[in-house]
Amino acid sequence: MQNLSEHIAESIGDILVSREVQLNELVLTVRRDAIVRALTFLRDDSTADCKMLVDVCGVDYPSREERFEVVYNLLSLRQNHRVRVKVTTDEDTPVPSVAEVFSSANWFEREVWDLYGVFFADHPDLRRILTDYGFEGHPLRKDFPMTGHVEVRYDDEEKRVVYEPVRLPQEFRSFDFLSPWEGTPRELPGDEKVEDKSAEKTD
Amino acid sequence: MAEAHIKNYTINFGPQHPAAHGVLRMVMELDGEIVDRIDSHIGLLHRGTEKLIEYKTYLQAMPYFDRLDYVAPMSQEHAYCLAVEKLLGIAPPPRGQYVRVLFAEISRVLNHLLNITAFAMDVGAMTPMLWGFEQREKLMEFYEGVSGARLHAAYFRPGGVHQDLPAGMLDEISAWCDQFPKFVDDMRHLLDGNRIFKQRTVDVGIVSAKDAIDWGFTGPMLRGSGVAWDLRRSQPYDVYDQFDFDVPIGKNGDCYDRYVCRVEEMAQSLKIIRQCIAAMPDGPVLAEDAKIAPPRRGDMKQSMEALIHHFKLYTEGFHVPPGETYTAVEAPKGEFGVYLVSDGTNKPYRCKIRAPGFAHLQAMEFCSKGHMLADSVAILGSMDIVFGEVDR
Repeated sequence: MQNLSEHIAESIGDILVSREVQLNELVLTVRRDAIVRALTFLRDDSTADCKMLVDVCGVDYPSREERFEVVYNLLSLRQNHRVRVKVTTDEDTPVPSVAEVFSSANWFEREVWDLYGVFFADHPDLRRILTDYGFEGHPLRKDFPMTGHVEVRYDDEEKRVVYEPVRLPQEFRSFDFLSPWEGTPRELPGDEKVEDKSAEKTD
Repeated sequence: MAEAHIKNYTINFGPQHPAAHGVLRMVMELDGEIVDRIDSHIGLLHRGTEKLIEYKTYLQAMPYFDRLDYVAPMSQEHAYCLAVEKLLGIAPPPRGQYVRVLFAEISRVLNHLLNITAFAMDVGAMTPMLWGFEQREKLMEFYEGVSGARLHAAYFRPGGVHQDLPAGMLDEISAWCDQFPKFVDDMRHLLDGNRIFKQRTVDVGIVSAKDAIDWGFTGPMLRGSGVAWDLRRSQPYDVYDQFDFDVPIGKNGDCYDRYVCRVEEMAQSLKIIRQCIAAMPDGPVLAEDAKIAPPRRGDMKQSMEALIHHFKLYTEGFHVPPGETYTAVEAPKGEFGVYLVSDGTNKPYRCKIRAPGFAHLQAMEFCSKGHMLADSVAILGSMDIVFGEVDR
């Protein structure tokens, strides 16, 4: 793993931002504009020999300057190793598409676009893939609420499925018991009696 | 006679079509009966599993994996548990690992039983389906025996499995192993040399090894094309390196080869199950680390400490050190991977699920182009698509 890491650093060191071996997995971060070159090299080089792109996924870190990470997981069948390549981007900056390098990237990139809103430049067919027809927003972003914005139901009068803003019969309860001893707020989520008590006191 | 100009015909295949294996909608452009273009619309079963997991503790997130590929639930749990264990830096005790391998292989047989027989039904053979479901029912009784649920077992846990096997379970599985080859022989007798079955599958949907790798195929789809690649062999997890089994590969990469691969894989799974039963060690099935694995019910009646641990684990859950891992298992359908990012709290920061069916279905247009409409049904059947995992 260390040898491979050094070999890659020698060959495409100019586009590498960082490289490390974490939990026995090789992780490379490359410059965004050079992702096509990086993956082409990893595919065609005989030492790296990563012929298969197993997965592409996005990760959202809202606190960072470039909030999105796009993670490419590569696999070499002959050398029996995995390489993980990352690039970072924000809401507006497109990432070059690697659909030309690996056919499997096509849908994976569509999925990242759908769920995170990362734009892929020169993608042959960048449409939404998992969400509903006409869906708005990118649901896996950390600032997208888990309950979503719209709900659907069958309307018996209109004889069709209608879209409406989400209405929660009960307030959304986030059970964030980071530590049941210390982290719990005095008011438990959904415990409406607490408010009654404080109202009594003011009386 | 003047040649009539025929316009291409566009049809909707699905989303409610018995051969679409769930809620797949394919917009097909047909030139006569030849498939010209396929635009697969997926996501009709999208439930936002990855989003939901980000709001749950590590233990609460685990049962979602049963609901991905609901044909072989425990294989998915296996990938998730291995990923969490890798981040935690723990390993299950030997008996826990053997039980997991045993049930991962039972899941593989469960999956192949459904896929082979449903595939046969897609191309016109009804009987294997009926026979196969009888065998599936027997296997699901083992699921029920260990976990209380036939399908959504939630049996594998980070650190091992939830409960030890009930008394007599291994004997029952052995007894099942003895009668199963008879079923396989009967089924093969109906299909292997069957003229209709062969006409529908041989030389249909050929994928070369190079294309299979380029499109990210794994599992029987890749092995059917002649690539000897099995994660149980090349990157063994749990105790798979202890067992003697073969990796069957195909020659032509057509639908028939993929069928034959799956049949042979069932035989190899049976071999592993038998070795597993013979070598099953004694001891605990769940890691002894009280900060990760909940205490036994009996201890909780006696020990204050155990009661506190139980309360902490089922409210707060355990904290996972910061880090990230991509961990994959050889699920029955192919490489099922979990990319888990932890930020050091009790909830996963990001959990990406890599489903094998997603990559396979993506190549549907590539595989079917130029084939007849009816062949695309055979190709789809041989891909082993389950929408729970494709749409997540």
